[in-house]
Amino acid sequence: MTTETTRESRPAGGPAHEPRPLPLARPCPFTPPAELTDLRGRQPLSRIANPDGTTGWLVTDYALARKVLSDPRFSARQELMSSPLTDRAFEPAMPGGFLFMDPPEHTRYRKLLTGQFTVRRMRRLEARVEEVTGRQLARLRAQGPGADLVEHFALPIPSLMICELLGVPYEDHEFFQSRAVAIFRLVQDPEEASAAYAGLRTYLLGLVRRRREEPADDILSDLVSGGGLTDDELIGMALLLLLAGHETTANMIAMGTFALLSHPGQSALLREDPSLIDGAVEELLRYLSIMHVGLLRAALEDVELAGHVIEKGDTVTVSVAAANRDPEKFGPSEDLDITRPATGHVAFGHGIHQCLGQQLARIEMRIGINGLLREFPGLRLDVPVSEVPVRKDMGVLGVHRLPVTW
Amino acid sequence: MKIIADAGRCIGAGQCVMAADSVFDQDPATGEVVLLVARVPADEVDAVLDAVSTCPTGALATAED
Repeated sequence: MTTETTRESRPAGGPAHEPRPLPLARPCPFTPPAELTDLRGRQPLSRIANPDGTTGWLVTDYALARKVLSDPRFSARQELMSSPLTDRAFEPAMPGGFLFMDPPEHTRYRKLLTGQFTVRRMRRLEARVEEVTGRQLARLRAQGPGADLVEHFALPIPSLMICELLGVPYEDHEFFQSRAVAIFRLVQDPEEASAAYAGLRTYLLGLVRRRREEPADDILSDLVSGGGLTDDELIGMALLLLLAGHETTANMIAMGTFALLSHPGQSALLREDPSLIDGAVEELLRYLSIMHVGLLRAALEDVELAGHVIEKGDTVTVSVAAANRDPEKFGPSEDLDITRPATGHVAFGHGIHQCLGQQLARIEMRIGINGLLREFPGLRLDVPVSEVPVRKDMGVLGVHRLPVTW
Repeated sequence: MKIIADAGRCIGAGQCVMAADSVFDQDPATGEVVLLVARVPADEVDAVLDAVSTCPTGALATAED
């Protein structure tokens, strides 16, 4: 967060020809920086100043975002990139950390998992998600009015589910959730993050060894027995699934509830007709675009795009939030409208790295949000909107706490 | 209208099954796209075109019969 504080306080002005830093300041929790909208209209591919002194590129429209994210000339290897947020260099992906790899390495790891996250397989989990949701609804109610929706509802549901699927004991959740916080800071503290990674790796190594001796019915056991993977690879894959399964959906459930409660007309629509939930989930994904910084790629060669040449080695920041509000694709896109056809959004990314767990995330959001609205007809915020602590300091947008009453 | 699916490009995101689950399925082992019908039923044309456009890796296309 240190770099960011300085940056946000800088005036937005300056000569037009000089690249500016990536805009991050949001006018309200739900609205991306106004500069992004402005750029999308004028210059959908523009230059930005990265803190390490390099000049990068910023994509703000939908068609270009999809183009960059699906073009194999743009790499997902972090060690080739400059961060738009910090001058510290990225580390190469850990073994098994396929989110930051290109084919063929990426393909080899991802293929071991795709069968586990198919639409049909996830649909068979619905009954279990209903059960877990029902229990958390009861726990939330037991806390009484003023309860924190994040701690008692939004976080436990995806956390329990990914733990069960992966084969991680949920009773250890405080251990890995607290370490996830260090890893998902907007700008990591190097010491804190490396301690967090080290702790998690040791923990997961223990689990891998246990599964080798005593396989169970979970993803970790399948990977241990069938994938021909080293311990380091197994740990890297497990870590990716564990962290990704937590941070993203938990924030979507909490931020999605926050958005619905702040748009009473929309929540009333959904309460009256719960079958609108599928569309509502897509619209919340689009509208909130919680990967608020965007997705990064590095050019592997010179690439001509939108009248520019992106040179080999340049970093492109693809603003998912700006792309998902492109009026050419989504119409009047600044409003939350759960009846809008929002599919095709890039909230889960696009191209070969598009979210592996997206079907699980959708089911958790659908059952979670509908369950909340059904069980708590009078659900509302317990503090003014301006007092909800928004996660401006984290890489995934959300709320630290969401006090609710009913 | 017929569908051309390139399983080699497929990453198993499942967008096509979401769009039209009477037309598309996924191999339970690999997650890769499986076609349930050879030709697109008339009432699924729009859903199939959605599936083609939302596929993250361009693994789907349609062609006239």
